[in-house]
Amino acid sequence: MTTYQEFIQQNEDRDGVRFSWNLWPSSRLEATRLVVPVSCLFTPLKERPDLPPVQYEPVMCGRANCKAVLNPLCQVDFRAKIWACNFCFQRNPFPPSYAGISDVNQPAELMPQFSTIEYVVQRGPVAPLIFLYVVDTCLEEEDLQALRESLQMSLSLLPPNALVGLITFGRMVQVHELSCEGIAKSYVFRGTKELSSKQIQEMLGLMKPAVSGQQGRPAAPQDPSATCRFLQPVHRVDMNLTDLLGELQRDPWPVPQGKRPLRSTGVALSVAVGLLEGAFPNTGARVMLFTGGPPTQGPGMVVGDELKTPIRSWHDIQKDNARHLKKSSKYYDTLANRTAVNGHSIDIYACALDQTGLLEMKCLSNLTGGHIVMGDSFNTSLFKQTFQRVFSKDYSGEFRMAFGGTMEVKTSRELKVCGAIGPCVSLGAKGPSVSENEMGVGGTSQWKVCSLNPSTTLAMFFEVVSQHNAPVPQGGRGAIQFVTQYQHSSTQRRIRVTTVARNWADAQSQIQHIESSFDQEASAVIMARLGVFRAESEEGPDVLRWLDRQLIRLFMFHLRRSPFLQVFNNSPDESSYYRHHFVRQDLTQSLIMVQPMLYSYSFHGPPEPVLLDSSSILPDRILLMDTFFQLVIYHGETIAQWRKAGYQEMAEYENFKQLLQAPLDDAQEILQTRFPMPRYVDTEHGGSQARFLLSKVNPSQTHNNSNGWTQEPGAPILTDDVSLQVFMDHLKKLAVSSST
Amino acid sequence: MNVNQQTPMASPYGQPQPGYGQPGYGAGYPAPYAPYNNPASVYQPGAPPQGCSPYASFPSKAVAANPVSDLSSPLDLGPLRGPPTSVPAPVSAAPQAYSHYGQGEMQNGPPPGSQAPPRPAVSQPYNQGAVNLSGPPQPYPQQYGAPPPMQQVTNQMTGMQISTGPPTAAGPGYAPPHSSQPPTSAAYSIAPHPAYTQGPPPASMAPSQPPPPRDPAPPQPYYGGPPPPQHPASSASAAPLPPPPSSHQSFPPTSYPGPQAPLPAGPQAPLPPGPQAQPPYAQGPPPPGSQPHYAPAPPHAHGSYPAARGPPPPSQPGPYPPAGPPPTSAPPGHYQGTMPPQPPAGQPATYHSGPPPPRAQMPPSSMAQTNHLPPGPQGPPGPLGPPGPLQQPPPQPGMQGGYPPQQNGAFGQVRGPQPGYPGPYPGQQNYGPQAPAPAAQAQKRLDPDAIPSPIQVIEDDRVKTTEPFTTGVRGQAPPLVTSNFHVKDQGNASPRFVRCTAYNMPCTADMAKQSQVPLAAVIKPLATLPPDETPPYLVDHGEAGPIRCNRCKAYMCPYMQFIEGGRRFQCGFCSCVSDVPPHYFQHLDHTGKRVDCYDRPELSLGSYEFLATVDYCKNNKLPQPPAFIFLIDVSYNAVKSGMVNIVCQELKTLLDHLPRENPEMDSVVRVGFVTYNKVLHFYNVKASLAQPQMLVVSDVADMFVPLLDGFLVNVKESRMVIDSLLDQIPEMFADTRETETVFGPVIQAGLEALKAADCAGKLFVFHTSLPIAEAPGKLKNREDKKLIGTDKEKSLFQPQVGFYSTLAKDCVAQGCCVDLFLFPNQYVDVATLGVVPVSTGGSVYKYTYFQAQSDRERFLNDLRRNVEKPMGFDAVLRVRTSTGIRATDFFGSFFMSNTTDVELAGLDCDKTVTVEFRHDDKLSEETGALMQCAVLYTSCSGQRRLRVHNMAVNCCSQLADLYRNCETDTIINFFSKYAFRSVLTSPTKTVREGLVNQCAAILACYRKNCASPSSAGQLILPECMKLLPVYLNCVLKSDVLLPAADVSLDDRAYLRQLLSGMDVSESHVFFYPRLLPLMKLEGDSLPLAVRDSEERLSKGGAYLLETGLHLFLWVGANAQQELLLNIFGTPSFGQIDPNLTSLPVLDNPFSKRLREIVDAFRAQRSRYMKLIVVKQEDKAELIFRHFLVEDKNASGGASYVDFLCHMHKEIRQLLS
Repeated sequence: MTTYQEFIQQNEDRDGVRFSWNLWPSSRLEATRLVVPVSCLFTPLKERPDLPPVQYEPVMCGRANCKAVLNPLCQVDFRAKIWACNFCFQRNPFPPSYAGISDVNQPAELMPQFSTIEYVVQRGPVAPLIFLYVVDTCLEEEDLQALRESLQMSLSLLPPNALVGLITFGRMVQVHELSCEGIAKSYVFRGTKELSSKQIQEMLGLMKPAVSGQQGRPAAPQDPSATCRFLQPVHRVDMNLTDLLGELQRDPWPVPQGKRPLRSTGVALSVAVGLLEGAFPNTGARVMLFTGGPPTQGPGMVVGDELKTPIRSWHDIQKDNARHLKKSSKYYDTLANRTAVNGHSIDIYACALDQTGLLEMKCLSNLTGGHIVMGDSFNTSLFKQTFQRVFSKDYSGEFRMAFGGTMEVKTSRELKVCGAIGPCVSLGAKGPSVSENEMGVGGTSQWKVCSLNPSTTLAMFFEVVSQHNAPVPQGGRGAIQFVTQYQHSSTQRRIRVTTVARNWADAQSQIQHIESSFDQEASAVIMARLGVFRAESEEGPDVLRWLDRQLIRLFMFHLRRSPFLQVFNNSPDESSYYRHHFVRQDLTQSLIMVQPMLYSYSFHGPPEPVLLDSSSILPDRILLMDTFFQLVIYHGETIAQWRKAGYQEMAEYENFKQLLQAPLDDAQEILQTRFPMPRYVDTEHGGSQARFLLSKVNPSQTHNNSNGWTQEPGAPILTDDVSLQVFMDHLKKLAVSSST
Repeated sequence: MNVNQQTPMASPYGQPQPGYGQPGYGAGYPAPYAPYNNPASVYQPGAPPQGCSPYASFPSKAVAANPVSDLSSPLDLGPLRGPPTSVPAPVSAAPQAYSHYGQGEMQNGPPPGSQAPPRPAVSQPYNQGAVNLSGPPQPYPQQYGAPPPMQQVTNQMTGMQISTGPPTAAGPGYAPPHSSQPPTSAAYSIAPHPAYTQGPPPASMAPSQPPPPRDPAPPQPYYGGPPPPQHPASSASAAPLPPPPSSHQSFPPTSYPGPQAPLPAGPQAPLPPGPQAQPPYAQGPPPPGSQPHYAPAPPHAHGSYPAARGPPPPSQPGPYPPAGPPPTSAPPGHYQGTMPPQPPAGQPATYHSGPPPPRAQMPPSSMAQTNHLPPGPQGPPGPLGPPGPLQQPPPQPGMQGGYPPQQNGAFGQVRGPQPGYPGPYPGQQNYGPQAPAPAAQAQKRLDPDAIPSPIQVIEDDRVKTTEPFTTGVRGQAPPLVTSNFHVKDQGNASPRFVRCTAYNMPCTADMAKQSQVPLAAVIKPLATLPPDETPPYLVDHGEAGPIRCNRCKAYMCPYMQFIEGGRRFQCGFCSCVSDVPPHYFQHLDHTGKRVDCYDRPELSLGSYEFLATVDYCKNNKLPQPPAFIFLIDVSYNAVKSGMVNIVCQELKTLLDHLPRENPEMDSVVRVGFVTYNKVLHFYNVKASLAQPQMLVVSDVADMFVPLLDGFLVNVKESRMVIDSLLDQIPEMFADTRETETVFGPVIQAGLEALKAADCAGKLFVFHTSLPIAEAPGKLKNREDKKLIGTDKEKSLFQPQVGFYSTLAKDCVAQGCCVDLFLFPNQYVDVATLGVVPVSTGGSVYKYTYFQAQSDRERFLNDLRRNVEKPMGFDAVLRVRTSTGIRATDFFGSFFMSNTTDVELAGLDCDKTVTVEFRHDDKLSEETGALMQCAVLYTSCSGQRRLRVHNMAVNCCSQLADLYRNCETDTIINFFSKYAFRSVLTSPTKTVREGLVNQCAAILACYRKNCASPSSAGQLILPECMKLLPVYLNCVLKSDVLLPAADVSLDDRAYLRQLLSGMDVSESHVFFYPRLLPLMKLEGDSLPLAVRDSEERLSKGGAYLLETGLHLFLWVGANAQQELLLNIFGTPSFGQIDPNLTSLPVLDNPFSKRLREIVDAFRAQRSRYMKLIVVKQEDKAELIFRHFLVEDKNASGGASYVDFLCHMHKEIRQLLS
């Protein structure tokens, strides 16, 4: 074994796992003292081009409450054809199909390099993917047109056998029937009435014809595509739907002066959920909501239709002035839970200049693994490309999306699982490995992740349960197995099993070892997630204080200033949006989010990362900042002047041209892979959009402490926020005082 | 009976009668009979037969009548009618008809067997005819003749009989009569004739009386061949009495003459008449050709009569026997005994047939009474009870005994089938073969021809009405609705807009209360005027709006008195003085009239319109043009019946005919479409779409409109899309398997759409079944026949749930009128579904068992007319009156949220509102009473207008004036609406009794206060109200108040609602259908109608019957080939297709003319009448018979004759 760095990297590459500690303290007491809990970031569907799925089903431990999957850590008796479960120590015979097993003829799952292995389940019905578009028609014509085009385009990206449906809403909610010829037909729901799932299904005529049975008519065999006129295979209704989308009109109800259009987002979603619930429970399905404004009527209403009443701000929320907040949050929360139960997910594509109610609706995506994309308009490349990227394909031509996942965690006896933070909901599976101490979504050893993609990452928290006086024998290993069942985008059911083990270490005797096994990045992200999770459920300042009491690192300074915890200068929707992404992206992306990367381009050398500090803002540099959500190219004052003067057009200043081009190319590279598409900003010194950069850097120089504008390099920031220096000083004081 | 009794008047006649009446009734009824008014001369009716003997009495009555009548007013009429009545020998009349045709006198012979059979009208007819012939043969003619007399009274005995009858049991009553004396019976039988005759010819009566016996015979004839004979009879009877002739003369003159001559002859005399009469039927009035036939009959008759006289009884007996046919044996005996000779089976038969039980019974009693006096006869009868009577007859072959027995026999049978009244009709059946038997019965009865004839009244009025009717004269009653007339508006509203029950209102509340005459106006605010009359002028008073009284807000009208040189005006309603606005000032001339009086419609006319200003609009906003929304049921039944297809096809053309004010312009009415079953489908038909879009709303629990723009569209702009939609709807639902429907949400949807568009409008709902799907307004099947007749029956007329009442209120508030087209295959609960249409001024159309093929025409015509007809929206009607009276009650299709404003979401040209007035102070004779009906509405072009109708009537301090200026048709309109509304809250029995009581009170008041003193046994009717009993009986027998077993609850609820919006002419023909003989169609005039009785139908002819809802073509089994060829193009009766719904187009004048008539009839009514061909003795005849309202009906409705007797009894009771 080389360095921990390499070990960590290798583990991440192979298993998609990063632990905060790579040696585990052997007792509960010691673990607690470490402050950062034993935890990990786990990416269940980490892309493994080198890992072909095996075409058989996993062998599982026979013990009813264990059911762990045969893995490389199991003891195997080849002669007796018996294996011992490394979690419960149950001895299991191999199934008959393993009759030929031997030392030299081992199945893949026993090989160490297959600590992560994927099985393809052959049985069970194959259900097509389902995409249900829920489209807001209260848009400006221009936006609507762009949206129409995007939607039409998306049809060509869908697999031909996928089922597709369309719901439009404005003042009313219309569910379009796609199978009919001639007259375009749609079912209409009033936008103000909350309906139960049963009512919706009845109204859509989806109820099983129990009544007709009484009339002596034999119930027709259930053919999903035939029974549900609203969800039809793309290949069959391609033309129809394209036309339908093409004819999509703006909501015809007049909007009086001084009013917002009436937007029944709540009911539209409830209808969508109800429809899928009735027709395709437990099948991968994606509800894609495209909205251009806040819900203004009916259940889930976020703001009234009076324009004179602005949508709630953090200020209102703190003053308890947001009248619809609780009610609508609760409404969407209920809806999200229902959706999750059915294994469907909801995406929200919200494009508007003002808030659209993401704060209230965020749980729809958070709990179901759906995407949230926020933009200014549907007519921007941000939206268009992001949306396109939803349907991106992997190396083998499959969609980078999976549905209806359930993730189960099995631990060896010394460990228990406390919870998970990520786009998941609890399945409420109690078991011996479930800790009473909840962190994140806890109290269970199984979670449902309705929608997954290769970057979906969950933070898992564990608790060491061994007592201090009964330490784990030296050399023993603790093991954790993640079993993720999901519906692959090819419609196959698959099971991915990842089994990892770490050594136990006695904190007293091996503290240095433990320290060296610390994964700072992982810990930072994990702690940040914990913070965000708390921020979601607790008052902001409390969380900050809690965080302040935790580990102190430079990193935390940025986290503290990040939009994930700090709501100042962000609308509630933006906060929700940022947090949403923070709790699901993988480690690298998360790090970027917390501590944006700043690259400096100059004639002095190749691009170099520089401190995220106001001192880095220099006139002769071009800065490229990546905050995950924004990609900012900032031209220093001098550069900007040169550019304005058009030097780059001159042959003799070819190098200047190249300098200008370099950050653009790099940005392009980032844009290619990032989901969602970041907001791309190209600005310069003094530009209005320079604020994106200025708000992120450490305000080491402000109008308060800089004497004379040009004394020191860098740019003063007009802010009252404390700089890192002040922050550190303060922390040191705190640290001292608390220790006394 | 009474009538007879009354005879007392005429000492001779009267006395005898009294005898009958008193005795028989004695128990119950005092001599009362006598009372029948003079005019009517009492119905000797009953007497007639016996009448003969009674004749005297009749005559007397007649006489009396005259006198009395004079008093009453009817005098003149009295005589006239009298004659007719008497002549006709009512009862017989009907029969006669048959007989005539049938000639079957012979049958009379046979009759015996069949009294019961009597129904076979035909046969009876013969007998009757024969008899009648003998008697007063010319049934029809005579009848007509009779009619004229109308006024009077119509005394009639029949009534009396009834009185006896009162005891519904009739049996007893009847029995008695018989028993009492043959004479009585005779009387009755005769009575009929007499009655008729009487009315008119009291004089004749007198004469007749003597002859009574003979008369009796005549009556018989009646039965046989009622009408003609009767006259003859009457004449015959009259014969004896010269006077009668006169009366008779009016109509049957010719015949009468003949008869008269005969009369003298005595019994024979009657016969002659008979013959003559017959002829009439057969041929023209003159006996000639017909005579032969009749002749035979007559002979019998004569024979009988003669015998009768001698044996008046005989004749009677004869009848009875027949009745008994079974009786025959018995009867024979009796009769024979009495009349053996006549045996005439013929006569007897006739009688039986004609008279059937009731009559017979009644008559008998009366007869008995009259003649014999209460004594034995009656007594016995009573005891006997129906059966008794029958039996009795035998015993008393002779008059008393004889009749009873006979009757009994006859009745017995008859009765069997039809207790009480029914009996009589059954008798009719006799007509056919049994005729003979009936005859006997006939005798007992009043002569149907002797009682007031609607046909005669109508015809008289028609003939009388030659001048245009000018509305300037206060208190002048307009011509009847059945007459064609031209109206000149001279300050009061045309009768086409407003008709009053009384044009001379009592000055005080006491008088009004005493008379019990309802004071009401039937207002049809938007009535369509004939092309030669000018529609109301539109007046614009400028921005300030119409000029009104400051206090009561009455609109400027001719009753406003300008004073102070024209600077102020005094309101005619409240007397308040208001200033004349400067822009309206005009100088007065020397008479105090404004100089511009005749330039301004509002100062010189009774009806005109004002242009309303924005102050008169909802929300102070000028209205939008209205919208029509078509809501089509597309459930399985609707599709299968072809309804959906038809509606969609038709709409394509209909949309070009939306109402518009200027025919040159396109209609501004917008349209929208919805289809529905368990859910609703709205359609976006925006002009810019290539294809319509369907929007399904399944949230029926909470209805809303899914779209605004594109739902209501201009037809012209969206034509392509609409056509495409209408083409696709039938296809889309062709394979539907959805059977459940909703209803409440459908109306809600339309309402919401109108609300969203902020306009008034009309919904056309095409619906098939009981809405049982889960939704607001869901209904259960609650049809429970067991409740009928119980106190809970009323609940069946009430809406099942309160939902629709609330909905209706909302609709009215929005100006959303709902028209409902129902296509039910089973119970749909019209009572509940109709709530909204009825409350919003809409209409309900019902096409039970709709079949595309046969009902298409009717439905499409109704739909077309409904869509095209002029109408106003979002209307408010208010009636203002001068001090002293006020409008207290309103009837019609509307909603009222307070006590004065009638709110109509829609008001079309066919809808009427009936308003009842009550006194709240004294009125003055000088100023009369004024009323002003103002209707504020939105025209189909979206213009807000006020239509004002003014009406002034006289006030009187003498009751006689009131009775002289009444309009019975309007009174009946009011009564029926009142009664039909009352069934919601009271058991139908109570309602019926209430009607009878009020009617009796009205007539009793007249008798007491206006008629000259006369015998209590005489029935005296005011001239203007002489048809009140017959029409009232029709109301009482209507399906709503007295349902036949096969009438569904839905039908009743439907009719109930339908009636609430009917105007006078519709209600008139609805209750008393028009029955036209089609034997001869010449020239442009219509053939003279005949009375609605089976007796009037000739087996050899064809008849057209029209009720305003139904149109029947009845074809007699013996119809001549030529006739059939002309109508159907086939010579054989058997080859006529009973499923025919339209007449074949044949190239002959007859066919052409007939089709013209049918078309004209249809054009006249607001609903298209499907033609139903009824072949005699076919199943369908049952339905047809239902509309022969003068006959007894299967559900227990009394015959006219019986009812008249009953009325008389009631009146007598009141007077005593």
